[in-house]
Amino acid sequence: MKLYDVADLALRNLRESIFRNSLTTLGISVGVASLVAMLSLGIGLQQLASRRLEKSGLFDTVVATSRRDLRNFREPRDEGAPSAESPALDESARQSIAQLPSVVEAYPDIRFITELRFNDKPHLAMVAGVPFSARDNNDAFEAMQGRFFSSQSAHEAILQKSFAEELLGMKPKPPGGAPSSNGDDNANIAELARPLLGKELVLHYAERTPSPTATPGDESAYSVISRQQALKIVGVTDIDPDSMRGSARARVFLPLMLTQDLHVVSSDQRDASTTAPTYTSLSVRVANPNQVPTVEDAIKKMGFNAFSLVDASRSLRQFFAVLDGFLAIFGSLALAVASIGIVNTLVMAILERRREIGIMKALGASDADVRGLFFAEAGAMGLVGGAFGVTLGWVIGHLINFGTNIYLARQHFPAAQIWSVPVWLVLGALAFSLVVSLLSGLYPASRAARLDPVQALRYE
Amino acid sequence: MTPLAVHTDNIHRHYQMGETNVRAVDGISVDICAGEFVALLGPSGSGKSSLLNLVAGLDRPTSGDVVVQGNNLAALSREQLAKYRLRTVGMVFQSFNLISSMSLLENVELPLRFAEVDRGRRSTLARESLERVGLSARLNHRPAELSGGEQQRASLARALINQPRLLLADEPTGNLDSRTGTEIMQLIQTFNQSFGMTIVMVTHEHILAERYAGRMLHLADGRLVADAANKTARNISIPTLATSGEAQ
Repeated sequence: MKLYDVADLALRNLRESIFRNSLTTLGISVGVASLVAMLSLGIGLQQLASRRLEKSGLFDTVVATSRRDLRNFREPRDEGAPSAESPALDESARQSIAQLPSVVEAYPDIRFITELRFNDKPHLAMVAGVPFSARDNNDAFEAMQGRFFSSQSAHEAILQKSFAEELLGMKPKPPGGAPSSNGDDNANIAELARPLLGKELVLHYAERTPSPTATPGDESAYSVISRQQALKIVGVTDIDPDSMRGSARARVFLPLMLTQDLHVVSSDQRDASTTAPTYTSLSVRVANPNQVPTVEDAIKKMGFNAFSLVDASRSLRQFFAVLDGFLAIFGSLALAVASIGIVNTLVMAILERRREIGIMKALGASDADVRGLFFAEAGAMGLVGGAFGVTLGWVIGHLINFGTNIYLARQHFPAAQIWSVPVWLVLGALAFSLVVSLLSGLYPASRAARLDPVQALRYE
Repeated sequence: MTPLAVHTDNIHRHYQMGETNVRAVDGISVDICAGEFVALLGPSGSGKSSLLNLVAGLDRPTSGDVVVQGNNLAALSREQLAKYRLRTVGMVFQSFNLISSMSLLENVELPLRFAEVDRGRRSTLARESLERVGLSARLNHRPAELSGGEQQRASLARALINQPRLLLADEPTGNLDSRTGTEIMQLIQTFNQSFGMTIVMVTHEHILAERYAGRMLHLADGRLVADAANKTARNISIPTLATSGEAQ
């Protein structure tokens, strides 16, 4: 029989028992929907985590330090020149690193502990310079209260939540304490920011200036002058933008160029063996996390220490692969149950259409014709069920995402896309549904094909 | 010499029913020439339908050979048997065996689907075949909307659509009143006489066999007990069914 005749007869047969076949198809739809919903959530969560981690700079950043700096001393490794021969991590080194292939930017890590005055009350905090690019690639600044710096050297400050609480005289929460059940912690961030935004914060620092008695070009002699700089508070962030720094993480953020212009005295800034200003470390942002190892190697070859968290990224991907696997297995269970429905429906159809099969065989239908007909019916139910299932899964995923975002909004968290249905999932679910349906049709189709026509014609 | 259409050589068909071995066909040897109209007669359980099924290629003999138009059916594969049923024989049943979910046109087209005839040609052939049996006004009716006679005529149109050389009829008038039965028999006789088609018909109505068949084979307990030429069979005029309308 020609393919279009098989399809035509199969669809006619499906229409004849429309109610039962619709129920079976609905079963497949629910199975596929469950699979799609589970996997779309798994994929969505993975993408969310990846986005967050990418924006945290954990996986696309290489930290370069000088081997001369004893605070970065580690056990000797076969990584290049010994510390005595290592070059200084200065501005020319920064420029060389910034020109490496795949490097987006390389900026110095400038941080210092200093006094800040708010309403004439002194507070001590770690201050860090933030590159202007963080506006677009660090979600801590995307989702904060207020706004990002207006320019690369604006006299503005963004506060971390705990410092904002300190400025307002609120009792800091003990670290690791149980979160408030009524969402007050999150509600506070907007309330915290309101009295602080636009207010003045005065930075007291010690500026290093060249010593008037020093000969030109000799920077080993310098003077220290106490200075103060008024800053406007423009933002308060809940998410810690500096989390990877651990105990050295900053609580006040200034534009990186401003921190450079301030020339704050820091023990980090001086290398005894050179007269030029050097950096403690450079943050090197790479275009793609996959290129991190190459850039890391290139920096090491230049004679610096370099480290990244790319291995942690690999573990995370492995975790999500396992999670997706589990979700797929649980999602597939419903499809497995639906496939039993297909077998049941087709076996029932054989019983009901036993005489019809006998007639077709008496008229010259081959085993392959009869088998093809039942396969086509199973395939059609699989395809239609798959298409409905994907749509249903999409709707369920959408609803879960919608519900989650309502919950997040009530808890004063930013909205998040925790669900994603990529094209490969749609096509894969349709193909999987078709394959499962065809496999379910194997036994009924084979049974129908092998029916004895004499017995079938006697059947009433 | 007239060529042989059907040749059976000591064929047996035994069934196991529980602990009983049923000898449905028990050593029948018979030759049927091309163009013959043969009636298989006998009481219920005599093996008439079983023999017909063996000739139709719907069943295989337990032993012995069935040769139809030169094909030894016992030696054919399942696929080859299906082709044989499609091309060489046409079958008519007592209970018509039309597919209830299809219109008459679709029912008659069905063997052409298996023969992979193109859609356009299929429709033309099916219409012509239904016209030949006087059902051109009923093309899109479903079997349940037709009388028994009309259904059997449609069944005949379907059996003849692939132009088989052998028509096998299993009690074709068994479910019809005598007037409609006569019409069907006249149609069958027309195909025999006009187109030289070989007819093998199972019936338990002796009068019908005497009226139309040229030869009568009497079966009892699976054996051939009498093989007689029927000299009383009439040559009838060919009815013009295309314009006859339906007789209830």
